[in-house]
Amino acid sequence: MSLTNEKIRERLIEKFGEQVSNFEEPYGMLSFEVPKDMNLKVMQFLYDDDELKFRFLTTLNAIHYPNNTGRELAIVYHLHNLVDNVRIRFKIYVDINKPDVFTATRLFEASNWLERETYDFYGVNFIGHPNLKRILNVDEMDYFPMRKEYPLEDQTRKDKDDEMFGRGKDLDFKKPDPVNGISITGHENISDQKK
Amino acid sequence: MADVVPIKDKHIVLPDGSIEKQTTTLNLGPTHPATHGVFQNILEVDGERIVSAKQTIGYIHRAFEKIAERRPLYQITPLTDRLNYCSSPINNIGWQTTCEKLLKIKTPKRVDYLRVIIMELARISDHLVCNSVVGVDAGAFTGFLYVMEYRELIYEVYESVCGSRLTTNIGRIGGFERNFTDVSWQKIEKFLDEYPRVLKEFENLLMRNRIFMERTIGAGPISAERALNYGFTGPNLRAAGVDYDVRVHTPYCSYEDFDFIVPVGSTGDCFDRFLVREQEMWQSIEIIKQAYRKIQDMKGEEAEIYHADVPEYYLPEKQDVYTKMEALIWHFKIIMGEIDMPPGEVYHSVEGGNGELGFYLISDGGRTPYRLHFRRPCFIYYQAYEELVKGAMLSDAVITMSSLNLIAGEMDC
Repeated sequence: MSLTNEKIRERLIEKFGEQVSNFEEPYGMLSFEVPKDMNLKVMQFLYDDDELKFRFLTTLNAIHYPNNTGRELAIVYHLHNLVDNVRIRFKIYVDINKPDVFTATRLFEASNWLERETYDFYGVNFIGHPNLKRILNVDEMDYFPMRKEYPLEDQTRKDKDDEMFGRGKDLDFKKPDPVNGISITGHENISDQKK
Repeated sequence: MADVVPIKDKHIVLPDGSIEKQTTTLNLGPTHPATHGVFQNILEVDGERIVSAKQTIGYIHRAFEKIAERRPLYQITPLTDRLNYCSSPINNIGWQTTCEKLLKIKTPKRVDYLRVIIMELARISDHLVCNSVVGVDAGAFTGFLYVMEYRELIYEVYESVCGSRLTTNIGRIGGFERNFTDVSWQKIEKFLDEYPRVLKEFENLLMRNRIFMERTIGAGPISAERALNYGFTGPNLRAAGVDYDVRVHTPYCSYEDFDFIVPVGSTGDCFDRFLVREQEMWQSIEIIKQAYRKIQDMKGEEAEIYHADVPEYYLPEKQDVYTKMEALIWHFKIIMGEIDMPPGEVYHSVEGGNGELGFYLISDGGRTPYRLHFRRPCFIYYQAYEELVKGAMLSDAVITMSSLNLIAGEMDC
């Protein structure tokens, strides 16, 4: 294995300077952070560079950190260099009220459905995507179900104390913002109607 | 003699202003015998030629990623069963090895070898279903019935190890819930003894069969470059000529101790995919034989180990729960899901029946994963379907679908 994490890091810093940051190596995989409008440039560089050759998109997904104001959504890319067998991961953080990210469909066909899935569950808007529609959920759905403000357990249940399992009480979830058109047909509303 | 009708008058004349539709829309699925699962293909066909294909998936989406955010680690194993249900032990063990990677648990060699045996049996059952179904879709039903008997035997092995057959929930974090019994070993021996002959006969039926070759050669081809761009992995990528195998590239479960060949194709068409899967089954048999021999060679205490010593995650013996205080405490803590896992993020992948099955697990130090993402190979390579079948005949589309081994459970997650 000729390509080491150290070398990848050097090449990236040489090219992008301060813009790539937060280098870590959890469980041996090089991870770093990229500014949100740079994701495509970094990916293109990793793809084109003769030494790096990250030409395989393993997977792409999002994570929601509700307490991370201004950087609520993280989009995680896993890339693989099949020649030297090195994997890397990089993240971009976006504001949940303006979740705009450039699409990678021009570079990797594989990202087409992965981006649709990420849009479907987290509402990340991939700019330039050829067909950004819901993929697994029904088209009529008007919210993004994997966001943390939608806890899995039925909130109306009184007979079950979930404190042992969940982290629901620790997080102060923001009320959904009606400006963005994200409405919850939640249980609170239903119980209000009953009253 | 009757008047000869001019040719142009034979056709139906459309009213003025109407537009004639040149192509036919054809629904393949969601419940169609040719789809082998619940997903839909809306094909535009011009006669027999396919003009475009639009895939719709999500009919059996069960929100596993969301459910997993509320479950302790050991309760996520049954969710993974339902991904690729043709080879659920690979998913189970893939998930358990992911947890072990996060928790930095080192498993004993014997556990690794037992896992290898189970995973390779699962790979055989996956591939033999896929390959025999390709045969069925090409019109050869016999081979399918012939090999099913041995899938049954594989399921009996699972049954003797874990008690269930299709959705196995096999193994625990750290190893297996119980040791292999003599019955399991007898069944494995019987399988190793009889299956090669059956597989040979199955190959005799199809591999050099003129009809089968005519149907599959050149159907649904993809180049190596396009396959990589589409994120293909597993047998479908290897059929296109890229020798990428997770078992070799990033060995897990001591795969580095085994000697096997990674078969590759060249054209990436249905026939190559068939051949690659056939060859992989032969290699899997070899791996099982090697693992079996390695386990038989073990002596003394080592020959009885079937799990690592991880009291925080591995349920103690029921007998000990009733008699020992410590075991009782661990039992209670595990069942109540009270074990906090270390914070961290880990990506781990295994070579599933269809390709690289990855688990991206993020823990914030809680009792359940903060986020769990499954990299499902099926979901990623089904995107390429339109490109594979465009311009082909309708019957090619059906056979391409079955030779890609699309499993709805894995696609929809």
